[in-house]
Amino acid sequence: MRFLPACAAICLAAASGGVCAAQDIYIHAPAAVTAGDEAKLSTSGSGKATFYLSGPGVSRKTDISLGEEIPLRAQDLRVAGRYLAVACSSTCRSTTFYVSAAQPETLAFLVHPSRVPVAQSDAVSGVALPFDQFHNLVLTPLNVNFQLTAGNASLLSRAAPTRDGIAWFRSSSGRAAGTLQVTASLDNVPVLRAVQEVASDPCNLRINGQRTPAGISVQTEPVHDCAGNAVPDGTIVTFTATDAGGKSTVDAPIKHGIARAEIESSSATVITAASGVVMGNELRLGAQR
Amino acid sequence: MKFALPIILVAVTAGLMVVGLVGAGHAGGTVGIAAGSALYGLTPKASTPEQGLANLLVDVQRRNWDEALSSLSKTSGADKQSFVQEWTGSNGSLRSFSNLESFDSRPLHITNDEAQFRVRLHWTTPVGPIEDVRDVHLVREGDIWRAVWPKTPVATVPAQVIPVTYLRWDLVNGTSGDEWGSKNIDAPRVRIISMNAEDSAEGAVILGEVVNEDTIPAFVNVRATLVDGSGNAIDDESSFDKIDHVLLPKQVTPYRIDFPNVNLSKVKNVRMDMKAALVPASADPVIGVMNQKIDSDVQGKSVLHGDLLNESGQTVNISHVIASFYDNNGKVVWVADGYVDRALLPQSSEPFAVEIPRSVASKVQNFHVVVNQYSLGRS
Repeated sequence: MRFLPACAAICLAAASGGVCAAQDIYIHAPAAVTAGDEAKLSTSGSGKATFYLSGPGVSRKTDISLGEEIPLRAQDLRVAGRYLAVACSSTCRSTTFYVSAAQPETLAFLVHPSRVPVAQSDAVSGVALPFDQFHNLVLTPLNVNFQLTAGNASLLSRAAPTRDGIAWFRSSSGRAAGTLQVTASLDNVPVLRAVQEVASDPCNLRINGQRTPAGISVQTEPVHDCAGNAVPDGTIVTFTATDAGGKSTVDAPIKHGIARAEIESSSATVITAASGVVMGNELRLGAQR
Repeated sequence: MKFALPIILVAVTAGLMVVGLVGAGHAGGTVGIAAGSALYGLTPKASTPEQGLANLLVDVQRRNWDEALSSLSKTSGADKQSFVQEWTGSNGSLRSFSNLESFDSRPLHITNDEAQFRVRLHWTTPVGPIEDVRDVHLVREGDIWRAVWPKTPVATVPAQVIPVTYLRWDLVNGTSGDEWGSKNIDAPRVRIISMNAEDSAEGAVILGEVVNEDTIPAFVNVRATLVDGSGNAIDDESSFDKIDHVLLPKQVTPYRIDFPNVNLSKVKNVRMDMKAALVPASADPVIGVMNQKIDSDVQGKSVLHGDLLNESGQTVNISHVIASFYDNNGKVVWVADGYVDRALLPQSSEPFAVEIPRSVASKVQNFHVVVNQYSLGRS
């Protein structure tokens, strides 16, 4: 912008009106310009003039002959947005025009979360944003197809129109742990994301145990959530044994679906188990004989 | 005549040095780091039980083991190896990285031939100052008072094979392209399940519990900001080491945030900020907390004590016990912690104790203990 003469700067300030203090120059822009396409501006008048083009991706100055068309190169019009064209001889004239995005070529697709417990309502959401080959957001309404599949089961298949360049969906998670494939496609351009569906909180946590020479060996039954999915290994189960000598606790991780602990106790003992905020059953063992 | 003044000054200085070195050893009642002599070979004679105890502890401070052992009674069961190991630690335990900074003692009872002293040992450690209290029995042998030092049983582990289904989470940074949204992994879902504000002798305290609701480990830190009636922040602190930072799936940890010198009556609001991040972690070793019980210790303080049992096949160098205490409504009324200064060898146990302040001891109806562990060379 530094090279613009004073009259061009005035034109910039009054750009919205497109009228500057000149009577002998006229400059006209086409109604629609697409990013990456060539375009031409028409002028009236005669003689030499200086032409300025200013836009989101370009700032250029050239000499022109008034009365002839001004060619705009494709590489100057790659970025979508508002452009200002100014022609100056003794006075300046300007006009503005908009470059809109080209045909969509890529789809940016964001899915949240990356990991979700099963059977949660409205737990998975995604947004898709179409872009053209020059990374301009395509604002014209388009239909984006969203598909959610878990294994062979389809959880969702929906076409959503973009609004201001954005299409979105929200869906519940499935009932089986595993990988949830989430696809957004636009004009047969699919984009794939994966969400890991994990088991929810343990359900019906049950323990059993027996006395051993060293104390008590206690273990859970295979730990599942309420949908029947195995709770992942490494999940902590807290065993609490209370006897006459006090309380003993062991934070034991689930391994191969079962959590085990060894507890030192020889008197009558009450054992409970908990995983997070979920409580299990109570186990009562008599004193060691 | 011109030499008289220098000679007098030298003589007075030497005299004061001798008085300073020998005289300090005769301090009665409370003895401390200044109780011993500063120079070798000038150890005061242990003609009193206080001096006998001071001589022993000064030699221990200096790691002058031969001298320290010579201060022990012949009836002591301790041999040199067990005595040295008791004071210097072993197996990379917290005691291995600690120094006896000072001590003070008070007599429990003294007769002509026997004395019982209660000693407070002040240790400097990598996790901060730690105080250890123990009772020492002294006997008079001839005209010398000597400590009777029982042999501390050293945990021994028999040769054995312990099968471990190694369970570990690693973090892998994706190597795919830089496509937007293609390699995001969400932070673990962690939730504060209780929060309570208490006034303590040192200031305001925010305490409660946090649970990892996710299926992956989380590194957790909790911060709190105290806000006054005008909406201005009074202070901002974090839980620091009063929390088990690495939480395995569905694991619950207590947390405590101290605000020294802040009066809770000035606080109108508390802003909690919890950060959870992905972290590599291991599910081993499993440490059981056995025989937990609240009792009064020898000083009359309420203490939760028990035994840590290492159920794995790895040595745990430093164990950190964090306990939450609940009232009869299940509300967390206090969180206390303590370090165990001896290493936890495989399949062996070590005692622990954490103190409960008098102000909350009467409210405590239940408690929950978690163990944080540090093992050298492992994350």
